[in-house]
Amino acid sequence: MIATASDTGTFVPRVELGAWVESAIDWMTDTFDPVFDAVKTFFESIYDGLEWVLSTPPFFVVALVLAALAFWVKGWKLGVGTLLGFCLVAGMNQWDNAMESLALVILASAVALLLGIPLGIWAARNAHVSRVVRPVLDFMQTMPAFVYLIPTVVIFLTGPVPGIIATVIFAIAPGVRFTELGIRQVDAEVVEAGRAFGSTDRRILRQIQIPLAMPTIMAGINQVIMLALSMVVISGMVGAGGLGNDVVAALQRVDVALGFEAGLAVVILAIFLDRVTAALADRAPVAKALRATR
Amino acid sequence: MTADTSTTPTPDQPAGVAPAVSVRGVYKVFGPKPAEAVRRLRAGASRDEVKNLGTAAVIDASFDVAPGEIFVVMGLSGSGKSTLIRMLNGLWTPSAGDVVLGDANLATVDGKRLRELRRTRVSMVFQHFALLPHRSVLDNAAYPLEIQGIGKAERQRRASEALDMVGLGGWAESLPSQLSGGMRQRVGLARALAADTDVLLMDEAFSALDPLIRSEMQEQLLELQAKLGKTIIFITHDLNEAMHLGDRIAVMRDGRIVQIGTAEQILSDPANDYVEKFVADVDRSRVLTAASVMQRPRVTLSIGSGPRLAAREMRDADVTSAYVVDRTRVLKGLVHAEAAVPAVREGVEKLEGLVDPDVVAVHQDTPLAELFAPAAGTSVPLAVVDDGGRLVGIVPRVTLLEAMAPADNGDGSDDAEVADGTAPDGAAVETTAPTEGAPA
Repeated sequence: MIATASDTGTFVPRVELGAWVESAIDWMTDTFDPVFDAVKTFFESIYDGLEWVLSTPPFFVVALVLAALAFWVKGWKLGVGTLLGFCLVAGMNQWDNAMESLALVILASAVALLLGIPLGIWAARNAHVSRVVRPVLDFMQTMPAFVYLIPTVVIFLTGPVPGIIATVIFAIAPGVRFTELGIRQVDAEVVEAGRAFGSTDRRILRQIQIPLAMPTIMAGINQVIMLALSMVVISGMVGAGGLGNDVVAALQRVDVALGFEAGLAVVILAIFLDRVTAALADRAPVAKALRATR
Repeated sequence: MTADTSTTPTPDQPAGVAPAVSVRGVYKVFGPKPAEAVRRLRAGASRDEVKNLGTAAVIDASFDVAPGEIFVVMGLSGSGKSTLIRMLNGLWTPSAGDVVLGDANLATVDGKRLRELRRTRVSMVFQHFALLPHRSVLDNAAYPLEIQGIGKAERQRRASEALDMVGLGGWAESLPSQLSGGMRQRVGLARALAADTDVLLMDEAFSALDPLIRSEMQEQLLELQAKLGKTIIFITHDLNEAMHLGDRIAVMRDGRIVQIGTAEQILSDPANDYVEKFVADVDRSRVLTAASVMQRPRVTLSIGSGPRLAAREMRDADVTSAYVVDRTRVLKGLVHAEAAVPAVREGVEKLEGLVDPDVVAVHQDTPLAELFAPAAGTSVPLAVVDDGGRLVGIVPRVTLLEAMAPADNGDGSDDAEVADGTAPDGAAVETTAPTEGAPA
């Protein structure tokens, strides 16, 4: 340590970036404490509500509802697969954990999309915004995921809320990127047509750009949800609850059996969420129209 | 461009009628310093000299388009024609100059007024159709009316009418992806027609279509134009298309309009080497019309005259048949020498009974391409008539074949001869008769 410091110290002074960030976080914690409290209460109450809805009914009722959803968006195969998968989750005694994780994923994804899609639209329409947003997203995506957990724990302590916030930060990038890409990829001539017939920009966005970009935006939504699920597991480290808790516990105790069961439950949840959102993407009007043949 | 080519009034542009679209000294420069680039271009700088100030897409364009005219802007890719047409509905704002649509100058109107003008005055057809893939054909055609704020029932009724007009009546509920390219462009056309604007901009509208479909669409456009009398500004890189459709054609090169004129003017009197080279391989059979190749008949007989006079005139002119007209020069038929000569011996007084009314006559505006079939079906020269059925000239088969050969002997004097010798005014046609009767 000392040798390293003396090696470089003559040329580059120690840059105390970490310390600065820490004091910035400390300052924020002190100054905006009431705001953070409000945010925490807000997210906690929504999470509790969601979790209550998913966990209170007997497992087979929820499993049947989710299977019915899968059947409706895709078909009977996915419906049956969903039912069997969730029965297995219940059989492994991971049902309550899985529902907690599902609630976390739904909430974090919803927040990420609520912020990410409008930001993506803005970036698609404004080159300056795009230039700023792109490196920020790069930073957020490449920073090791659990590093986000540290400041969120400082601010929100433990529990589901730091997990949700860290998940939102981690998962938002594809929501922004795919939305921007999708809107930029819309055939310029079709947008021109809207303009040529006297449509306003807002109306072109609503009637042309968003519908035509929808298949790409849906792919982004799918990615957001997948990233959210992986982060929700990592946030088990801060006691966010759900399957992540058991995964972390299994790691600490080197408990192969528990690790496998919790891990498999994550996989089943992931497959369910992926297939359902992919099927939803296929149901977008433009995707349907492009598949139609003579 | 030089002022004389841009502002020379052309004969078919009616004087005194306010132009539907008027473009005056328009420049469009894309880049960091458009104003400076325009100033230098005006001072005589070339396009390359202002390259570091921006890309000069359109340089000093000026022209008027009369109501009901089809005005074609022709040029290769990069010549600035797409940029030019996009300034006619304000998709691009000119860097300098005025674009006047009726009474509004698009260079200066605000956004709200511009949108209103687009809704009510000018619509557009796009090269790759630009339809909304998730909407039915009917909803696509109704789109401009939706933007205009017209109620659903009314706009669907008007969109159906427009679809009927382009022959897509039965496809209202289909999606664009279920149609062929030609049908999709018909939807694009129906959409523009449904908007019911006076001015129609067509940006390479038929360029993405197969040749057969393309000429079908061209015919349909001409038919619709004859019926609806829209002012059409048509962009194309295809000279044949330009010559076939355009009342007048503006040829663009490197951002400048190098010549404006009718198809025949451009073909017979190209403004410079570039235009001349460009028109060298045009399909002349579709550009030149019967009127441009026809000749004066050597003998024309009056229906009131007798067989004796007819026989003598045919003998003097060394022909075996002659067309017969009435006092107003309306074509009545044909008299053969082998009918006239025996009639003289039999003492027949009137020519009337000898006239064969079953003759092949073509309209003077018929393109050469459409003269071959009638010419093949008759042994005498084709009779060319005007709108009133009056005989204005004849087209012997030899002339038809000669006209197909492009100018190959250097100075292009053939062109001039064909074009100039063509339009004998109907009134001055003398009494002379068809030559070379039947050389099959």
